[in-house]
Amino acid sequence: MDLFDEEPAKGNAPEFTVSELTGSVKKALEGAFGRVRVRGEVGRVVRAKSGHLYYDIKDERNVIACNTWKGQVTGLGVLPEEGLEVIVTGKLSTFGPQSKYNINVDSIEVAGAGALMAMLEKRKKALAAEGLFAPERKKELPYLPEIIGVVTSPSGAVIRDILHRLRDRFPRKVLVWPVAVQGANCAPEVARAIEGFNALTPGGALPRPDLLIVARGGGSIEDLWGFNEEVVARAAAASDIPLISAVGHETDTTLIDFVSDQRAPTPTAAAELAVPVRMELLAWADQQGARLTHALTSGVQRRGQRLADVARALPQPEALTSVPQQRFDLASGRLDHALQRAVAQKRLKLADAPLRPAMLTRVVAQERRRVVELSARSGPALERQAMRARDRLERIQVRAPDVTQAKTRLEHASQRLSSIARSKQAERAKRLEALDRLRETLGYRETLKRGYAVVRGDGDLVTTQAAAKSAKSLEIEFADGRLTVGGSKLPAKKRAGDGDQGSLF
Amino acid sequence: MSDVNVDELSFEDAMRELESVVGQLERGDVALDDSIALYERGAALKARCEAKLKEAEEKVAKITLDGSGQPVGTAPLDE
Repeated sequence: MDLFDEEPAKGNAPEFTVSELTGSVKKALEGAFGRVRVRGEVGRVVRAKSGHLYYDIKDERNVIACNTWKGQVTGLGVLPEEGLEVIVTGKLSTFGPQSKYNINVDSIEVAGAGALMAMLEKRKKALAAEGLFAPERKKELPYLPEIIGVVTSPSGAVIRDILHRLRDRFPRKVLVWPVAVQGANCAPEVARAIEGFNALTPGGALPRPDLLIVARGGGSIEDLWGFNEEVVARAAAASDIPLISAVGHETDTTLIDFVSDQRAPTPTAAAELAVPVRMELLAWADQQGARLTHALTSGVQRRGQRLADVARALPQPEALTSVPQQRFDLASGRLDHALQRAVAQKRLKLADAPLRPAMLTRVVAQERRRVVELSARSGPALERQAMRARDRLERIQVRAPDVTQAKTRLEHASQRLSSIARSKQAERAKRLEALDRLRETLGYRETLKRGYAVVRGDGDLVTTQAAAKSAKSLEIEFADGRLTVGGSKLPAKKRAGDGDQGSLF
Repeated sequence: MSDVNVDELSFEDAMRELESVVGQLERGDVALDDSIALYERGAALKARCEAKLKEAEEKVAKITLDGSGQPVGTAPLDE
C-alpha cells in the first residue's frame, strides 16, 4: 500500500509481468469480495456449445459479465433470460486473458415476484397472440379414460393424492412419467414427458394414455417457474391427448394452465376431473335398468288397458258378419250347381259343333282340285282372250280414218292389176300355144304320126330285142292307139324287134 | 336407435344411448314392436355400461427412461 503513496518513486517501483499483476489482481479481488449477491437485469445470454452459459447483468450505468459452468446450470434455479430482473449469487473473479472481471454465478433468483410476473405477462401475450389459448383449441376430456398418464415427480404427495382420489372414484390404469418438478431440468423434462406420452401407440407395450395430468404441488413462484417456461406451454398445446394441468395451489397460475384443456386447482381436483365416480355410475345404471323395465311394462299395460277398452266398444263379431255370411251361404250353395250346368251346356255345344278333322281334309282336297283345274284352264283362256283382243285391235286398226281413201286406191290398183293381168294373160296364152306346138313337134307322139311306134314290155319301155324276148307280152303304141301283142316269146321278140329295131332299120 | 354393435361402444356412448332409449320408452310414443326392440337394446346398453364399470382395476406403473430420456419400460411405483 505504501507503493501507491510515494508517487514519484518511479525508479524504485517494482516491475511486474502481466501475469504477475493479473494474478495479484485476481487474488486481491477474490479475497476482498469472495461470494457476492448482485441484483440486476439480465442482458444478452449466450449458451456455448460446451454447455456453459455466458450472460451479463446490468443496471442503468454498468454491466458485469456472468458465467455459469455446465455443471452448475442444473442447480441454478432459474435460467437467465434477457430482461429478467434477478439476484445472482456467485464468486467474483477475473478473466486474465481479456482483462475482465466477472461473477461465476451458481444461483439465480428472480428479483421479486413483480419482475417474474412481468416476464410471465410478456410470454402470455406472445402465446396468446399465436392463438394457443383459444377456447376452440381446447379438447373435451374423455368421460371415462382407460389409461391416465401423469407427468409429475414419482415420489411425494402429489402422485399419492392423485392415485388416492382415483382409487376412491374409479380405479384406472395409471402411467407415471417421472420428471423434476423444479429447477432447471423441470421445463425440458416436463415438455419431453408430454411429447413422449403422445408418441406412444395405443394398446402398445407402453400403451398410449387417453388422458394426461401434469401435476405439481404448491411452492414459491420460483419453484413453479418451470411450468411457466415456453417449451412446456408449447408441448402442452401440441398434445393430441387431452391434458389437465394441476400445478401448485389454487391461487397459483402458471403458463401451462392457459394452454391445457382443463385446469385443476390441485392434483386431487385433477383426479376428480379425470374420472367419474364409479359407485354413482353403478347406481345410475341400476336406475336406468329399472326405468327401462318399468317403461316397457307400463307401456304394455297401457296398451293392454286400451285394448280392453276398445274391445268393449267393439260390436259382436257375429253381428258384423251375419248378413254377408248369409249372402255367402246362398251364393256358395248355388255355385256348384251353376258350375255343373254351365259345363254341361258347353259340352253340348261342343258336341253339336260340325267341325271334324276329316271334313276339313275333304274341303281342303276339293279346293286343291279346283285350284289345279283352274290353273290348267287359265293358260288357254288367257291366250284366247289375248287373241280376241288382238283381233279387235286389228279391226280397230283397219277402221282407221283413211279407209275409204285406201279403198279407192285399192280399186284403182286392182283395176290396173286386172288389166295388166289380162294383157299378160293373153300374151302368156299365145306363148303357151307356141310352146305347146313346139312341144308337140318335139314330143314322141308327133314321131308316131310319122310311122314310129313305142314298144312296152310288161309296162316298161322296151328298147332292145333281148328285152322284148324276155317280156311276157308287148304293147305297141301307135299314133292312133295301142295294141297288145301275144304272150309267146317269139312274137314278142318279133314285135319287139319290129317296135324298136325295126324303126331303126 | 343406433345400429352400432353395443360391444364396440365406449362407456360414454353406451351411457348416452341408454339414457336416450329410456327417455324414448318413457315417453311411450314408440310402437309396441319397436318398444320391445328398444328395450332389448337398452338392456344390452346397460350390460355394456356395467361391464365397463366392473373393469375398474387399478394398475399403476412408472415409466423407466434410458440415458437419453427415451421410455424403455415400466417399473412399479414406490409410493
